[in-house]
Amino acid sequence: MNIDIEKAEKIIKKHAAEKGALIPLLQDMQTEYGYIRADAVKLIAEKLDIPSVEIYEVITFYAQFRTEPPGKHTIKVCQGTACHVMGGKQILNYILTTLKVKENGTTTDGLFSPERVACLGCCGMAPAIMIDNDFYGNCTIQKVDEILDGYRKKTG
Amino acid sequence: MKNRILVCAGTSGLSAGAGEVIEIFKSELKRLNLRGKFNLVKTGDRGLFRDVLVDIITDGKRVTYEHVKPADVKKITESHLVKNTPAAALTAGKSYEEFFANQTRVVLKNCGEIDPENIDEYIGTGGFEALKKAIPLPPEKIIDEIKKSGLRGRGGAGFSTGLKWEFCHKEKSGVKYMVCNADEGDPGAFMDRSILEGDPQSVIEGMIIAGYAIGANEGYIYCRAEYPLAIERLNKALKQAEERGFLGNNILKSDFSFKLSIKKGAGAFVCGEETALLASIEGKRGTPKPRPPFPAQKGLWGKPTVINNVETLANIPHIINNGADWFSAIGSAESKGTKVFALAGKVRNTGLVEIPMGTTIKNLIYGPGGGLKSKRSKLKAVQIGGPSGGCLPETLLSTPIDYKALAKTGAIMGSGGFIVMDEKTCMVDIAKFFLGFTVAESCGKCVPCRIGLKRMYEVLDKITKGRGETRDLDFLKEMCETIKSTALCGLGNTAPNPVLTTLKYFRREYEEHINNRVCDANTCVELVKFEVIEEKCVKCGKCSTSCPVGAIEWEKGRTAEINKEKCIKCMACFAACDFKAIK
Repeated sequence: MNIDIEKAEKIIKKHAAEKGALIPLLQDMQTEYGYIRADAVKLIAEKLDIPSVEIYEVITFYAQFRTEPPGKHTIKVCQGTACHVMGGKQILNYILTTLKVKENGTTTDGLFSPERVACLGCCGMAPAIMIDNDFYGNCTIQKVDEILDGYRKKTG
Repeated sequence: MKNRILVCAGTSGLSAGAGEVIEIFKSELKRLNLRGKFNLVKTGDRGLFRDVLVDIITDGKRVTYEHVKPADVKKITESHLVKNTPAAALTAGKSYEEFFANQTRVVLKNCGEIDPENIDEYIGTGGFEALKKAIPLPPEKIIDEIKKSGLRGRGGAGFSTGLKWEFCHKEKSGVKYMVCNADEGDPGAFMDRSILEGDPQSVIEGMIIAGYAIGANEGYIYCRAEYPLAIERLNKALKQAEERGFLGNNILKSDFSFKLSIKKGAGAFVCGEETALLASIEGKRGTPKPRPPFPAQKGLWGKPTVINNVETLANIPHIINNGADWFSAIGSAESKGTKVFALAGKVRNTGLVEIPMGTTIKNLIYGPGGGLKSKRSKLKAVQIGGPSGGCLPETLLSTPIDYKALAKTGAIMGSGGFIVMDEKTCMVDIAKFFLGFTVAESCGKCVPCRIGLKRMYEVLDKITKGRGETRDLDFLKEMCETIKSTALCGLGNTAPNPVLTTLKYFRREYEEHINNRVCDANTCVELVKFEVIEEKCVKCGKCSTSCPVGAIEWEKGRTAEINKEKCIKCMACFAACDFKAIK
C-alpha cells in the first residue's frame, strides 16, 4: 500500500516554512497514518532536503513515534511512582500475560497494543490505565479483565 | 452577579465523568427553566481527587458536592436549585475541608474557580493587571522586583528567576527568546498540567512580562504531547489573548511586541533539561549540551534565551501585582513563596496541594493529606522529587520543605512529586524503579549516564532477585558518587539520588535482600514463595476467587493451596487476603 501522496505533501507543505519543523511534521504524519511509514520518511527527506538518517535519528529518539502500525486500541499502562507503589507493575505484567503480547507489540487479533507510560498524571486514581482516550483508575486484575472484555465486545 | 455552578473538568475530572455531569446539568437547567439564573462553568481541576467536584454558589454562599455521579445531578438540581436546600447526603465531607483549609493558594488560586476557556473570567479575577503595571516600567525595575522577591525556579534545580532574567537582559542581541518549560516529565508530578488546564492565562501573562523584561519578542511553550487538554486550552487562551491585544504587536499600545507559539514534545524525559529542550524545539534529538555557554547567553538557535517552568511563570503576575515584599513574606528564610506538591501514594487525600515553603513534611502529610490511607498501615518513607529526588524515612518527617533543608537530606525539591509509602513498599524495588526510569530516559550522550546507570540497574535487579552479594552495596555507592560528579546534565547528576538515599536510610532492607533473600514488603516477586501459611489461613477462599488463572485450589473448610505451575505471580491473592496468610 502506498501513502496518499497528496495528503502527505500537504502536511509537509504546512510545516515547510516553520522553524524546527521536523517534529511537528512527524507528529502530523503519525496522526494521519497511525505510524511513521517508511515511504513518508522518504518523501520528507526529498522535500525538505535532509538525509533520511537524520529523520530516523529523531524518530527513534522520541517515545511518541512508532514505525509499526498500532493495534485498534492502544493501552497505556501507567508506570508512574504512585501507580508503581499501588501495584501498577502487576497490572502491566498481567495485561501482557493475559493478552500474550510484548510491550509495544500488537495482539495477533490486531486489537490491542499495550505500552508503558511514565505517568498519566492521575496519581490519585492509581493504578491507572488509559485505553485510547479513556482513563480507568483504581485498577485491579478483575477490573482489567472486565475492561478488556468490554472492548472485545464493542469490536466483536 | 449570576449564581454559579462550577464543575471541575480538568483531565482528572473528565476521566471521572465530569463531561457527562456537565451535560446533565445543562439539560436540567433547561428543563427547570433556570438558565437565566445560573451560569454553568466548566473549570479546571481544583486539585483534590474526589471524582467529580461540583460547587453551587448562590448569593455568595457556596456548597460543594463531591463524588458526583451522573445519576446524582438530578437529586442536586431538584433539591438545591428548586427547593433551595442543599442535597446534604452528597455534600463534601470533613476531609475536603481539611485538604483545602491547610493550603496557601497562589498559583492554584484560579484552578477550579474560573472557566479557563474564557479570558473574561481571568480578567475578572484581576488578570492582566500585572501586565498593565509592568509595561510602563523599565525592564530593569521588573527584574529587580523579581530578584527581590526571592523567587526560584520551580522545575527542579531552583535557580533564582530574577538572576536568570538579568543575565539574558544584559546580553546584547537583536533576537532573544522566552521559553516556557511545560515538559513535565517527572512521574508523579502533574501540577503544571493542572495550571495549564485550569488557569492558562496566568502562565501566558507571566511569559509576556518575562519577555518584556529580558527583551524577547518571541516565545515558545514547550508542552508534553501527553497533555492534549492543556494544549487545547492553551491554544484557545493564546487566541483570546491576541484578540484582546495582550499578545501581538504593540501590546497595550506600547512599543513592545510579543508572539507566542506552542511546541509539542514527543515523549522524552530528558527534554525537561534546558539545553535538550531547546534542541527539541529546533527539531532535533533532545540531547543536552555542556554548559557554559548557558542558554541565557546562547540558547535557542544560538540566541539568548530564558527558560522558566510553568509554576514559576504563574507566580510572576502575583509578584508584580502584590510586590516582592508580599511574596517574600510567604515561606521560610531560605525559600520564598509557595510550592505545589502532587500528594499521592498511601495517603488519605491525594491531589495537588499548595503550601508555603518551610512547611514540614509531617504537616503536609497530616494536614492537607489527612494522614495515611489505612489506619492499619505504618508510614515508612516519603519520596520527594521523583527520579532526581530521594526517599526520606519517618525520622526526618520534621524536615521543613525548603531548598536547603531538603538538599541536606539527600533529596531535592524537584518539581513537586510527593509519594507517601508504607510497609508494603520495598525500598530496594523503589530504587530500582527510579533507576529503570532514568536508564530508559537517558539520552545516551555521556558515558556515566548511559553505561553507569545501566550497570547500577543490573546490580539492583540482581539484589531484588535474590542474587545479591555484600560487595554490591559498596559498588553501588561508588558508582553513585562517580555518576553524580561526572554526568553531563541534570538527569544524570541526580539519577543516583534515589539509590543514595535508600542506601543511607534503608540499608537494612538491602541487607535483608542480600543476606536472607527476603523482601519484607513482598514486592520483589522472585523472593516471594507463594505459599499459604496454614496457621494464619482462615479458609475463607477469598484468594481463590481473586486468582485470575485459577491457580489456587480451595474448598469450604480447607486451607487454600497455590499451584505454582499455574501461578503467574500477579499478587492478586496477596491483595485479596486480609490475614497476611500468604508468604
